[in-house]
Amino acid sequence: MLAWTIYISFIGVLVLMLLPRDNAKAARAVALLTALAGCVVAIIGAMQQPHPGEVTTIVKTDWIPQIGATYYLAADGISLVLVVLTGLAAVTGILFSWNIEKRTKEFFAFYLALIGGVYGVFLSFDLLLLFVFYELTIIPKYFLIARWGSTRKEYGAMKLALYSFVGSHLVLIGMIAAWVVAKHQLGHASLDLMELSKVTFSASFQHWMFPLVFIGFAILAGMWPFHTWAPTGHVAAPTAGSMLLAGVVMKLGAYGCLRVAMGLFPEGMREWQWAVAALAVVGIVYGAGVALVQRDFKFVIGYSSVSHMGFVLLGLATLNTIGLDGAVLQMFSHGIIAGLLFGVVGRMVYDRTHTRDFNDLERMDVGKLLPFAGITFVIAGVASMGLPGFSGFVAELQVLMGAWAVFPKITMLAGVGIVVGVAYTLRAVQKAFYSDAKPDGHGGQHDHPLEPISVPERVGAVILIGASLVIGLFPTLLMNWIEPCFQSPLFERLLKGGSL
Amino acid sequence: MLQLAAPETIVTITVLAVLGVDLTLLRGKSVSTRFHVGAVVSILGCAMAGWFALARHEEFNLLNGILVVNPVTDFVKCALLILTIFTVMISVTGKYTEHAGEYLSIVLLATIGLMFLVSAEDLLIIFIALELASLSLYILTAFNKHNARAAEAALKYFLFGGMSAAFLLFGFSLLYGMSGSTNLTEIARSLQGRGMDPLLLVAIVTTVIGFGFKVAAVPFHLWAPDAYEGAPTPSAAFIGAGSKVASFYIVAKIFTLAFAGAEGSAVWHGYVAGWTPTIAVVAALSMVLGNLTAIVQSSVKRLLAYSAIAHAGYMLLGVLAHTSASNSALMFYVITYALTTIGAFGVVAVVESATGSDRLDNFAGLSRRAPGLSLCMLVFLLSLGGIPPLAGFIGKFFLFSAVVNMDAQNLGLLWLVILAVAMSAVSFYYYLRVLKQVYVQDAAAEAPAIIVPPMTMLALALLAALVIVLGCAPSLLISHL
Repeated sequence: MLAWTIYISFIGVLVLMLLPRDNAKAARAVALLTALAGCVVAIIGAMQQPHPGEVTTIVKTDWIPQIGATYYLAADGISLVLVVLTGLAAVTGILFSWNIEKRTKEFFAFYLALIGGVYGVFLSFDLLLLFVFYELTIIPKYFLIARWGSTRKEYGAMKLALYSFVGSHLVLIGMIAAWVVAKHQLGHASLDLMELSKVTFSASFQHWMFPLVFIGFAILAGMWPFHTWAPTGHVAAPTAGSMLLAGVVMKLGAYGCLRVAMGLFPEGMREWQWAVAALAVVGIVYGAGVALVQRDFKFVIGYSSVSHMGFVLLGLATLNTIGLDGAVLQMFSHGIIAGLLFGVVGRMVYDRTHTRDFNDLERMDVGKLLPFAGITFVIAGVASMGLPGFSGFVAELQVLMGAWAVFPKITMLAGVGIVVGVAYTLRAVQKAFYSDAKPDGHGGQHDHPLEPISVPERVGAVILIGASLVIGLFPTLLMNWIEPCFQSPLFERLLKGGSL
Repeated sequence: MLQLAAPETIVTITVLAVLGVDLTLLRGKSVSTRFHVGAVVSILGCAMAGWFALARHEEFNLLNGILVVNPVTDFVKCALLILTIFTVMISVTGKYTEHAGEYLSIVLLATIGLMFLVSAEDLLIIFIALELASLSLYILTAFNKHNARAAEAALKYFLFGGMSAAFLLFGFSLLYGMSGSTNLTEIARSLQGRGMDPLLLVAIVTTVIGFGFKVAAVPFHLWAPDAYEGAPTPSAAFIGAGSKVASFYIVAKIFTLAFAGAEGSAVWHGYVAGWTPTIAVVAALSMVLGNLTAIVQSSVKRLLAYSAIAHAGYMLLGVLAHTSASNSALMFYVITYALTTIGAFGVVAVVESATGSDRLDNFAGLSRRAPGLSLCMLVFLLSLGGIPPLAGFIGKFFLFSAVVNMDAQNLGLLWLVILAVAMSAVSFYYYLRVLKQVYVQDAAAEAPAIIVPPMTMLALALLAALVIVLGCAPSLLISHL
């Protein structure tokens, strides 16, 4: 059933392509229905999964027998969490881009193609298939930003596309090398992740291939120092674009790190564990620090994404169950919260005020003009800070607990990142919405009232806040899916250590 | 005898038919009509020849390698005929000549040369077939009499080609002198155990130079950008597609058969003199120079020319690996590349005839002016850039994995593949530059919609569909190779 998330999205793309050119309403309706259908299928399909700890096959048929590639879709708990996240992000992204008037149908066609690719990555258990879906997302991302973006959109789009492409090519090298070695060990060609995870790659092979593949994926996860595409890309992207970038595309990278790089090369991961943790913490602190001094509202959120994704990577680096649990939960949590933050900044504020500069926003008193936006941002902000009751708290707490057990010193630095996180969020809230600065003479261009917050935006915001709250209050909903996964044989070598 | 060469014979008869129809029935008709009727006749002839080639399942070796027929050669011939059909279909827009019959018949003549080339395992026949094809290609390049660039391009192509023929013949003569035979397998037999003497090295190097010119590999590539830019666009497409397929088939055959035993080794830290390291150098140079130079081009045809040079570099990796898996990967790559290239040139031809030039700026806003055409261009360029699920990606995967698999113990050839993959990441940038013009940039406000001739649009749509289908279900093709 879950496979239909992918098919529905691509069917939606086809339907949109066949629509008449200038019918924006129909395009929106088709896009929303497609995304909703995908989301419902994702949620119901995920709930029906009897044993989330095991890898449950959805489809498995021969694809290219010459190289052992299969069309193999399956899901375990980790995939389920991310598929549900994708469903929610897809629906809310469309709600937040209801005002796209320029070439609406093409916008949503690219959007749904991106969503379809993302679903595909999370459900693929064949390495080649995963790679195909992974690269399939690059082109829609590029066009969404370059065509419908703002500030330096062509630069940001090209940078993101090239970073993604370079990253995926690092992965490609690792994939080819692993394929060759596995072929000789297994006696037949295979790209099946389950089979590949039984192959023992030599220590020197893992020593070189792990960093290659890990960095290849981590580029998209926003790992410092390969994160620089993220702020520019997020800022340049249209609102739905940044919501998807932060919400699901960065998760693709983190998911690839976990599933492919760490799953196939556990020895390599143990060897490079410290390096990953160190880079993750640098990302946390650096992202937070830079977010603290930005003047552009969207850059604040962009850098905060880098910081929060640092927690995911730190969780991965712990190599203990609680840290990894936290990492996966943080992927979900950040996907929801970052989506909401970008929605507020990009759609509710920027589309109405046409500025994201704090100096201008301070003079406008946006909090009074757009009370709903202000309140939503405050809620999203406290969720992002990690207030108990929201999903971010449970996730980051677990990551830190896991990290504390392995590298206490580094973990303390990550704590600094959290404190700075509180600071930049409060600063953004204050400057953008509740500033004391009196409107001066230059602010006169906004005498006319701002267009009120529309219904789709309210619905979208409520969905995202609701999701974050539900998971924050009842984390077991997702933990029941995530936890048993790390007990499965797939991750045995990673967690138990020393099986070489 | 005649039955063995039946496909070639049919195409030869088609040449006469095209010329005959054009000279008798169509005198005084408009150029467009003559092109269309001629195209239909050519397509029918090619289709019949292709059907003949596919329907027989014979293995035959006439007179010790003069004409070798087996299912693989038949399949490659069929691929060549399909490429010719598509070339003919995109030729009908032609504003470059009024000699429709002559143009089409020379395209067919070139195809005959390429078909014989595929079937040859004898140095002399290889040379004759290669020259038949090359001479036709020189004429095709020069076909636009009103354009001085075309004349320049053709002259350049001709002079370089003549030089390469001389090198090739010199290398062949050395091989004959050393072995006393012109048959590829017999050459290998008498060269066995001879060791790497200077004469053999010279033979290897001159052969690589000769074919290096033909496939436009660095440093023998200098004719290619000018020839591609100056030639009528369908001619350029045929040079980049049909002739590439046959050339690479024969290059792989010559090196694997005739130079068996003189492979040497190109693995990292394990260099041994022979033909593989020579090819490795040429391949590496082509990939690097082709891709880096393509970045700065502003003419789309030149950009495609440099991308062709880069792709020749990837393909040479397949030659270098010389296993049966790598050979079928190579042919998969070359055939899909050829389909894609004809498509890309087809789009350029339409834009060129609508806007007057192939500058990058002329592609601005194409997605509004011709949505179908733009979608085709998107597919072709992304496939060339190696984006899944298109044929170009899966071809690269086949090729690179076969190359690494050749030395699976030490992964000694991984360095070449890393270089190739890195360069392919570079190539993505310039393909995206073209697509940015097509999809992101807006056209000038008064730019009217572009009307695509139906036959060309049909060809492009079929090609795009083929690129997608072969990317999603590559087994359809690779299982025949």
